[in-house]
Amino acid sequence: MLHTVNKSPFQKNTFESCIKHAAKGSAVLLIEDGVYAALKDSTVSSKLQQAMGDITFYALEPDVNARGLKGKVMDGINLVDYAGFVDLTVKFDRVQSWL
Amino acid sequence: MSDEEMMEGGVQKKFCYVNRTAPYGTVYALEALEVVLIGAAFEQDVSVVFMDDGVFQIVKGQDTAGIGMKNFSPTYRALEMYDVEKLYVSKESLEERGLSEDDLLVDVEVKTAAEIRDLMEEQDVLLTF
Amino acid sequence: MKFTIQINEGPYTHQASDTAYNFAKAALEAGHEIYRVFFYHDGVNNATRLTTPPQDDRNVINRWSELSAAHNLDLVVCVAAAQRRGIADADEARRNGKNADNIAPGFRISGLGQLIEGGIQSDRLVVFGD
Repeated sequence: MLHTVNKSPFQKNTFESCIKHAAKGSAVLLIEDGVYAALKDSTVSSKLQQAMGDITFYALEPDVNARGLKGKVMDGINLVDYAGFVDLTVKFDRVQSWL
Repeated sequence: MSDEEMMEGGVQKKFCYVNRTAPYGTVYALEALEVVLIGAAFEQDVSVVFMDDGVFQIVKGQDTAGIGMKNFSPTYRALEMYDVEKLYVSKESLEERGLSEDDLLVDVEVKTAAEIRDLMEEQDVLLTF
Repeated sequence: MKFTIQINEGPYTHQASDTAYNFAKAALEAGHEIYRVFFYHDGVNNATRLTTPPQDDRNVINRWSELSAAHNLDLVVCVAAAQRRGIADADEARRNGKNADNIAPGFRISGLGQLIEGGIQSDRLVVFGD
């Protein structure tokens, strides 16, 4: 299953709620303001790193770049473009949007 | 889609409505309920989940007289008449908010985060509000 | 693969419609089918042709209309949500005694059942919102 998160983890509990409900083997794609969860050395990074064992993380690169986060994304997060976003929705058989 | 089977009217899928927003402050709760009601006519396998601030949608004692908005909370009790009977509420979300099952205006099954996670994995379509 | 896309927010205030548009374009370019785009909540505001953004900004509404024309996309605006927010086609305007309609080309107004049907008929339903 693919989860998308579009909220900053510094403002909403969306990211946290997503992580809590994402099964082993699922993927989380950070989009829009959700990409702020991908920042390295933030107060949220350790939460994401802990989840990395069970979940594969992606971030939408156009949103990362738009927000000046290029080079600030933590290791282990895969960057994808919109075509990659589409591919993820094909690869996983359902999508849950955490809004 | 292993859970999919042919019905008289076509395909039956597992639909899950995920309610995560409180009522009144935004319209999502009300308009989500409208989708659930309309969706009932399609005779799909429907589950409704209340989690995070979505649990506030079904707390007892809502009185909207003072804000000039319609109190739509009684409608949750009518869902049963539409054969929408699988209502689930997040245990953790209730506890975080100091609520218990007694505070809710409709019969629901309390599920842990792990159980909700498993429930989501069984669905065909997840609609988020 | 067949997609239905749900858009829950209007243009400009939220990125939802932009992200959905970029997703839809990428899906079409990859050879997928978009069965339907369903506009709900404030998403119905993506369907007004009265929008006039500054020259140097994108026109979110026209982009949808153009994508619809190019790929025969079914852009459906929820009637109940549209009535609340003042989005009307000629029929809706007449029915409700309004003296104008504002729906943009390529959009049509219909019921919530179209969203459920989209979920049934498509392989994937992807929601964009706030």
